[in-house]
Amino acid sequence: MRALLPGESLGKSPSPTTTGGERPPAVEILSAEKVFANGARGLAPIDLTIADGEFLTLIGPSGCGKSTLLKLIANLIEPSDGRLLWWRGDFGEVGQDGRRFAFVFQEPTLMPWARVDANVRLPLELANVADAKTSPEVADAIARVGLSEFTRHYPRQLSGGMKMRVSIARALVTNPNLLLMDEPFGALDEFTRNKLDADLVRLWWERKLTTVFVTHSIYEAVFLSTRIIVMASNPGRIFRTMTIDQPQPRDEAFRDSPQFAAYCRELSTWLAEASLPTTTAGAS
Amino acid sequence: MKPLLKSEAFVRIAAPVAVGIVLFGLWELGCRLASIPVYLFPKPSDILVSLIHNGPSLLRALMVTLRVTLQAFLAAVVLGTLIAFMFVQSRAIEVSLFPYAVLLQVTPVVAIAPLIIILVKNTQVSLTICATLVALFPIISNTTLGLRSVDPGLANYFRMNRAGRFKTLVKLRIPGALPYFFGGLRISSGLALIGAVVAEFVAGTGGRSSGLAYEILDAGFTLDIPRMFAALFLITLTGVGLFAAMVVLSRLALSNWHESEVGAET
Repeated sequence: MRALLPGESLGKSPSPTTTGGERPPAVEILSAEKVFANGARGLAPIDLTIADGEFLTLIGPSGCGKSTLLKLIANLIEPSDGRLLWWRGDFGEVGQDGRRFAFVFQEPTLMPWARVDANVRLPLELANVADAKTSPEVADAIARVGLSEFTRHYPRQLSGGMKMRVSIARALVTNPNLLLMDEPFGALDEFTRNKLDADLVRLWWERKLTTVFVTHSIYEAVFLSTRIIVMASNPGRIFRTMTIDQPQPRDEAFRDSPQFAAYCRELSTWLAEASLPTTTAGAS
Repeated sequence: MKPLLKSEAFVRIAAPVAVGIVLFGLWELGCRLASIPVYLFPKPSDILVSLIHNGPSLLRALMVTLRVTLQAFLAAVVLGTLIAFMFVQSRAIEVSLFPYAVLLQVTPVVAIAPLIIILVKNTQVSLTICATLVALFPIISNTTLGLRSVDPGLANYFRMNRAGRFKTLVKLRIPGALPYFFGGLRISSGLALIGAVVAEFVAGTGGRSSGLAYEILDAGFTLDIPRMFAALFLITLTGVGLFAAMVVLSRLALSNWHESEVGAET
């Protein structure tokens, strides 16, 4: 286990899935900061490179700016200063082949009047894909989240975990290269959450999908991530970085291993430090 | 197989029917014991006899009222929905026109009916206009509210996917507005009937005869009280029928997904 300061982690990507430099980094955040309209500093200038194929998790106390950072990456908000690059290009080029991203919200946000397949098809229809109705991608995405038997069901007939799976299938259907997830399993019970985490690891591994994940759960962060960014607040900033170099794809055996427990203990200590009101020293 | 008395569907129908039979029985019995004359307050049996005896003319009147009601209801649905769409598309249109929609709503139809009946030569058309004015408002207000009540998370999702105005309307706003729209239909169908009957009364007192309301007026003039009750009974029956039709329609459209109708089919 190795703790990296933000400056150190730049450049040499710890991602175990890349075979070395053939794909540009998915996102580069160059001294981006966010000052809100009311003058509050949401994010201090942040430098961060998200390598291709990486599973990066943002964790930290409430108000540390992890959701703000995710929104910057999704271009839902613009930085007050600094800039971001997506696959070494501007946001205008995002959406082309090989430069697509999808966002999964905290809530499933499904259309209650539409069946599972119609919900999953939505992004294709919104993107004016001509043969969205007959696209094999839809059935494929539903199969990947294990809901093939529920294709013709309505959301109300599904459990909370299954609705979240539909939401993930809807994200996968556009064949994204970057998956952004904002506490997607936060509202689920622990058993369901563990199951979805395991499925997410498998999907990420199969698809070589760069993922940025926001969570409050230490166990979830350690189980999923190749790299964890611990953030602290006032102003929102990167506190420490933890690289988790463990064999992929991970399964339940990893959850029971002594290494898992050790990572969790360390991360828990860091989070406690990041949550202290007087931890400004940790930032520099 | 469950025993009949425990079956939900059976109880739902049987219980109100039993209450009806008891009430009619008490009414019949009361009138007979107190020997109230028919021209003051008829027994249910008198009304039934009158209903059969005056069957053809009452049925003709019913058809006239029903036609006015349905025409007005249809016009209100089409007009109301179009106006609601306009309101949602532009704040300026809504701000400038909404007060006039309220104006129409608060003006009693009895007060404007004579004016419309004088202005419009054709009785059918003038009655339909009156009933439409009464039935219009719930459609406008409910549909506007529905088109506005978009799930914020979904709206955000549509924005993120750069969905255009038209796509957002068709795929998000309209389906989301359906429960509100059907709520408006239920209210409006009843109001269309009320509007039609009220307008017929006004037209009837002005000497233009048509519909069940005129039957009631006419029966009043000739002190044929059982016929009055028979006509009243038919109006009530029409109202219940319209309401039931709207319930079925809304169930067909929403039972798969909306909370208000979920479980209604079992």
